Amino acid sequence: MIQQFITDAKRGNIDLVEHASKALESAHAINKEYRYIAAWADPVARAEQLQQLAKTGNARGKLFGVIISVKDNLCVQGVESTASSAILKGYKPLYNATAVQRCLDEGAIILGKTVQDEFGFGGFSINTGTGIEKPLNPLDKKRTCGGSSGGAAGLTKKAPFPHLALAESTGGSIANPASFCGAVGLTPTFGRVSRYGLIDYANSLDKIGSMALTVEDAALLLDAISGPDPHDSTSANAPTDPLTDIPRAIHGLRIGIPQDSFPETMDNTTRRVLMLALQQLEQNGARRLDIKLPISTKYGLAAYYTLAMSEASTNLAKYCGIRYGASEALSGNYNDYFSRVRDNHLGEEAKRRVLLGTFARMAGYRDAFYTKAAQARTKIIQEYQAVFKDVDVIVTPTMPLVAPTFDELKNLTPLQHYQMDVLTVPPNLAGLPHITIPIGEAHGMPVGLMITAPHFHEHKMIQVAKSYDKK
Amino acid sequence: MEITPDLVKKVAQNARLRLKDEEIKTFAKDLQDILTNFEILNELDTANVPPSFHPTPIQNITREDTPQPCVNREDALALTPHKKDKYFKGPKTL
Repeated sequence: MIQQFITDAKRGNIDLVEHASKALESAHAINKEYRYIAAWADPVARAEQLQQLAKTGNARGKLFGVIISVKDNLCVQGVESTASSAILKGYKPLYNATAVQRCLDEGAIILGKTVQDEFGFGGFSINTGTGIEKPLNPLDKKRTCGGSSGGAAGLTKKAPFPHLALAESTGGSIANPASFCGAVGLTPTFGRVSRYGLIDYANSLDKIGSMALTVEDAALLLDAISGPDPHDSTSANAPTDPLTDIPRAIHGLRIGIPQDSFPETMDNTTRRVLMLALQQLEQNGARRLDIKLPISTKYGLAAYYTLAMSEASTNLAKYCGIRYGASEALSGNYNDYFSRVRDNHLGEEAKRRVLLGTFARMAGYRDAFYTKAAQARTKIIQEYQAVFKDVDVIVTPTMPLVAPTFDELKNLTPLQHYQMDVLTVPPNLAGLPHITIPIGEAHGMPVGLMITAPHFHEHKMIQVAKSYDKK
Repeated sequence: MEITPDLVKKVAQNARLRLKDEEIKTFAKDLQDILTNFEILNELDTANVPPSFHPTPIQNITREDTPQPCVNREDALALTPHKKDKYFKGPKTL
C-alpha cells in the first residue's frame, strides 16, 4: 500500500533522492525491454526539493514522495508531450494539465510520459505514431498491453517501486489495458476530473483517471485530482466525497449482471474465472440481480465510434504545423501546407478516424450519423438510469478476451478492432464511472472484472472492488 | 450506402488530407465496412429524442472576468521555427 510509503516519506524515514535515483534506473531498465515510457521528466531533481521539505518538517500532500507516470496525452511543463503522435514531435508544453498540477501540489514526483495509441486511437497500443515503439505486455512480450493507455498499464504492473499512473479513457482506454496487464484501472464520471491540459481525443468522452496495483491506491490518486476547475467549464461542480478508506463490506448491495455481457466468443476458461468472481461477490454479501441493457449492447458501439470520430476529426484540425509540434518548410498556400503536414505526420488510424469523423459530420450525412448517434446516446443514458433504480452497480467482464498476441491482431480488420471495445464503450458513452480489477488468470494472462456505478457514485464501485481486492 | 473512391476523395479534401491512390482504395473498403455496420443506428426509433452532446447535464459556467497571467510571447515562439519578429509565420492564405 502506497499510504504507508507516504507516511514514511513525510516522517523523513525514506531517502527520497536515493529512492528516485533507484526508481529511475529501474524504469530505464524496464523501458529498454518493454517500451513503456516515451519521454522522461527529472524525478531526482524533484526528489531533492521534497527531501528538503521533509527535513524542515514541511512535508505535505496526499501523494508526498510518490512516483507517478503520466499518459503522454497529458501536458507536463517542459517535458515532451505528444499523445504518441509524430505530428506533436518536439512539443514541450508551457504549462501543466490540471490533473498533473494537482499531483505536484500533493507532493508527487513525475517519472515521465507513458506510451499510448496515437491520440488514443486504438485498444492495443499498436497504433503508436511514427517512430514510437509499441509497448509489450508485462506478462508475455508476444502480447499487447491493451490500449490506449498501454504504457501506463504495463508500467503499473512491472514497476518494482511504489508507483501510480495517470491515465485517460475515451471509450475504455483505462479499463482495457489495466485488464490486459493485471492492474486496477479507475475511470471517473465525466467531469469529475478537469480536462484542462489534456490533448483531446473527444471532448464529450475524455476522462482522466488512475491505475495502480490496488483499489485503495488507484482511489488515492483519483481523489487527489478530482474536483472543479475554472480552466475547464465542463468540469463538474458535483460534490467529490473522499474516495479513500471506503469500507469493503457489501452486505445487501445490489449488483446487476446484464444478460448479454458474456459474449458468445468468450472462451470457457475466461468465462469460468469471471463466474467465480461473481460467486465471490455474492458470498461477500452482495445481492445478484439479472438486468437487461439491450440498447446499450446493440447500439453502443456504433453510437460511440460515430461521436468519438466526429469530435476527433475537429480536434485534430488544430495541429497545423505552424505554432508547435512537427513542421515542414513553408511553401504553397495554407491548404497545401496544412495537408502536407497532416499527410506526413498522422498515422494510418488517425487518418481513418479523421475521414470517418469528417464524413459523419458532412452535409447530407450529418443527420443520419452524427445526430442519430447523439440521440442513441440519450437513449443509452436513459437505459442506464432506469437500471440504476434497481441496482447499485453493474458488473461485467472488462474485455471479452485476454490480451491477444500481436500476430492475432494482424488478422483483424479495423472494424473488428473496434468491436473488441463492446463492453467498455457503453459506460464510457454514458459518462459513467467504472473500475476494473484483476480477478484471476486464463491461459496464464490476467482477467479483469468491471464494476460500473451511476454518475458521481464512484464510492459504490470502489466499495465492491475492495470487497474483492483483499490487498 | 456505397462508399466509392470518389466519395473518399471528397471527404479527404474536406479533411485536408492528400491521400495516395492506394490509401484511397484501402480507406474506401474500410469505410464501407465500418459505416455499413454503423447504419444499425437506423433501426433505433429516435423520434422526439433530443441528442446528447454531453453525457451529464452541463450548464454554462463562467469564471470571473479578471486578468490572469498569460503565456509569455518568447516562450510561445520558442516552440516553432516559423516566426518573424514577434509573430508566428504561416504559409500564404491566398
